[in-house]
Amino acid sequence: MVNLNVKIGSLELKNPVLTASGTFGYGTEFSDFIDLGRLGGYIVKGTTLEPRQGNDYPRMVETPSGMLNAVGLQNKGVDYFIDHIYPEIRHIDSKPIVNVSGAKVEDYVAVCERLADRTDIEAIEVNISCPNVKQGGMAFGTTCAGAAQVTKAVRKAFPGTVIVKLSPNVTDITEIARAVEAEGADAVSLINTLMGMAIDVERQRPYLSTITGGLSGPAVRPVAVRMVWQTAKAVSIPVVGLGGIMNGRDALEFILAGATAIEVGTANFIDPACTVKIIDYINEYCRRHSVSDINELIGAINR
Amino acid sequence: MKKEIVDFRVIENCALSPLYSLLKLTPADGHELPEVKPGQFVQVEIDGSKHTFLRRPISICRVDRQTNLLWLLVRLAGEGTAVLLAAGEGRIINMILPLGNGFSMPEAGENPKTLLIGGGVGVAPLLQLGIELKNAGITPEFLIGARSEADLLMIEEFRKLGDVNISTDDGSAGEKGVVTLHSALSRGWDRIYCCGPAPMMKAVARVAKEIGADCEVSLENMMACGLGACLCCVEKTVKGNVCVCTEGPVFNIKELTW
Repeated sequence: MVNLNVKIGSLELKNPVLTASGTFGYGTEFSDFIDLGRLGGYIVKGTTLEPRQGNDYPRMVETPSGMLNAVGLQNKGVDYFIDHIYPEIRHIDSKPIVNVSGAKVEDYVAVCERLADRTDIEAIEVNISCPNVKQGGMAFGTTCAGAAQVTKAVRKAFPGTVIVKLSPNVTDITEIARAVEAEGADAVSLINTLMGMAIDVERQRPYLSTITGGLSGPAVRPVAVRMVWQTAKAVSIPVVGLGGIMNGRDALEFILAGATAIEVGTANFIDPACTVKIIDYINEYCRRHSVSDINELIGAINR
Repeated sequence: MKKEIVDFRVIENCALSPLYSLLKLTPADGHELPEVKPGQFVQVEIDGSKHTFLRRPISICRVDRQTNLLWLLVRLAGEGTAVLLAAGEGRIINMILPLGNGFSMPEAGENPKTLLIGGGVGVAPLLQLGIELKNAGITPEFLIGARSEADLLMIEEFRKLGDVNISTDDGSAGEKGVVTLHSALSRGWDRIYCCGPAPMMKAVARVAKEIGADCEVSLENMMACGLGACLCCVEKTVKGNVCVCTEGPVFNIKELTW
């Protein structure tokens, strides 16, 4: 029997496989394909204080080994989540984690307070790295001061596990990671999408309504693995790794680089059942390598 | 309806022209085809292509329960659809289905005068819709638009179900001009179903409003997941941005902001 349990702050996960925000809806969209109770956890769609309509169509374009998106945090707001979504998902035998976003620090705080007061959600992921919104989002995540400011405020507002999701669109991601660690973040997750752009040469126009968007998929994986490796060495809090994980082998790259848990994102669009296959693969890999506890593999390339 | 991930085997790939193929597929494990409503679609995995990554959403053209075959009409649009056009007999193709909401059928006892308008590859879902309308006792009439005679697809299949009116841009078959100029439209209709290029559907929607016909259109916005998770394929509606993959692809024009 292999132990796959990992811990992120006070959050205990039955295995290290989570789903990435914005790629898994509220989980229920995938219940025809997998037993959601098998997941270590699932990170629900970016949630803001007020409902948001998101950006104009077109919001997506396929690119080599990946895709650009510019959804712009479309969601029905935190109250809708608490009143209508949470009752539908709270019975699932897995850990829901709410991805929290905002244009102002006060918005992040208000969302956190409502989640803390009105739900039993144990963990939040603080999105300071969305490249597709004009205000807030990545603006907080690209400076140490901005990242620290949001983290400090959220830390006070939410008693559970606070995971801060970092942007790769910075000169040195380890500086930002250290800044949020210093303000009390329990963990960091990385990477959010890489800012990119694609042009329709026949129309001589950008594909996306917003011109630029966020690149995800296996195209970004080597960048993500590198950043997870650097960050895991730079901080003492757990690192959650994501970026182009398509299968169990990819997931293990992140764990070996230093990630305590991983998030599966864009792969859900291609194979809605990939998350359970990844869990099975990790289990089988551990047996094959005579590893009795997944925690032995975290950052193993450094040893 | 439960969504499934199913491997299908290509039984027949009929090239209708260098640009179009009609693929007939059956579940590789021999199981019966899942329940499907006309207007629903599948997400097809593209295997063996260097540059494609996402699945391709394709309308379900026909569900033939007698032969257990699913028909997909595919137009060559890029590298992904090129793989499908080249798919030989026996090839395994993975699909997620059934997706989306489908066209709404008339209530029992209703007998609306019904016109099905298709443009280009947009005729695909109208075949299954026509079959099910006919089974419900409603004789559908068709209005098919294409660039020229060579681009008219599966006309014989439609003729088995009802009268077929044709418009071509160059006048090589039927009446010359766009479908909204066709004389058949002026005959008065209770209900219009339409699938084709967006400008055509918008023009049809205008006419439907003028003549007071109830009208449903099938949209084909670019999609990533097809499951309502990525929120990429949104259309502006009277309720705000909604996913075409789950709230559509079929919309009553009253819901749209056209």
